[in-house]
Amino acid sequence: MNRILTIIPAYNEEENISKVIAEIKNYCRQTDIIVINDGSEDKTGDVATSAGAVVIDLPYNMGYGAALQTGFKYALRNNYQYVVQIDGDGQHEPADIPRLLGPVFSGEADVVVGSRFLVANKYKAPFFRKVGMKIFSFLASIITRRKITDPTSGYQALNINGLEFYAGEYYPADFPDADVIIMLHRVGLKVKEVPVVMYQHLSNKSMHAGLKPVYYIFKMFLSIFLTLLRKDTFEKKVVMPGQL
Amino acid sequence: MLFKQKIFALLMLLAIITIIIELVRRRKLLEEYSWLWILTGTVVAVLVVWYDPLVFISKLIGAVLPTTTLFIFGIIFLLLISLHYSIKISTLTNQVKKLAQELAILDQELREQVRGNSDV
Repeated sequence: MNRILTIIPAYNEEENISKVIAEIKNYCRQTDIIVINDGSEDKTGDVATSAGAVVIDLPYNMGYGAALQTGFKYALRNNYQYVVQIDGDGQHEPADIPRLLGPVFSGEADVVVGSRFLVANKYKAPFFRKVGMKIFSFLASIITRRKITDPTSGYQALNINGLEFYAGEYYPADFPDADVIIMLHRVGLKVKEVPVVMYQHLSNKSMHAGLKPVYYIFKMFLSIFLTLLRKDTFEKKVVMPGQL
Repeated sequence: MLFKQKIFALLMLLAIITIIIELVRRRKLLEEYSWLWILTGTVVAVLVVWYDPLVFISKLIGAVLPTTTLFIFGIIFLLLISLHYSIKISTLTNQVKKLAQELAILDQELREQVRGNSDV
């Protein structure tokens, strides 16, 4: 049996979280669901618990990457083989989960990224963000020699290799982006994008809202540059294809 | 360098080094953090008293006044000390992150166990 865990990092999402959880249950019955409550000031934790998810409460607001990574560590501790990460604000469509899991089950990829740009989408980003996304997906595509259209996407599926890499030392605590895609490529893990539906941020406090565009572009250039200078190593496991 | 300047510099350094040693003695400051400060103080003190190397270094780096050389090295040391702190802070940030993640996971497991026990 394949053990699948869906990880939802959530910061002040009491309004959206129960709907997200209900829909995940609806579209992927086999998965366990864990909500990483990232120091929310509202009732996110309670709402998620009553919606039937396991909840981990972080002692303080640790940031998107660190919250997600807590989920990865939990998954490893509890011997999950596959992981889906999805945002708690409802911007990702849970109906896409089986499509994300497809390539990790077949062994085609270690990390599957849901891209909002592979199909026509309702998603609209602010100008500077859009420019940043274009630059970094272009860079990531050149470096990994694969078509990367949406490295920012927080909608991903992982097999045990992707999971172990994400739970390790190299995963950033703030906002995983093109740099992580490049890291994956450099340690020999396979990345594949599949088209997903993404909605406009319902509330504007989601993961990238506070991030100043100029800082984001500067930080990402630096991060990619440093990633290319490093020689990270990772011991890859042989994985048997699973099935849904 | 004027005699007055020397006296002033030495007194200041003496005071700073005394404060550092006293802080370490009272365990308010870890030895680990004090060595760079003491090193800075000692090097400056040596250069104040022993004038020839200071003049030599001034010529070497093209400084007009030996006092400038002292200031430059003072600033370089301060930079190194801040860098040292940045490294420490990065390490601490990482450690705190790991601890908090572990704590949160263990907390969840504990609650699960308590719930399991109370169900029995």
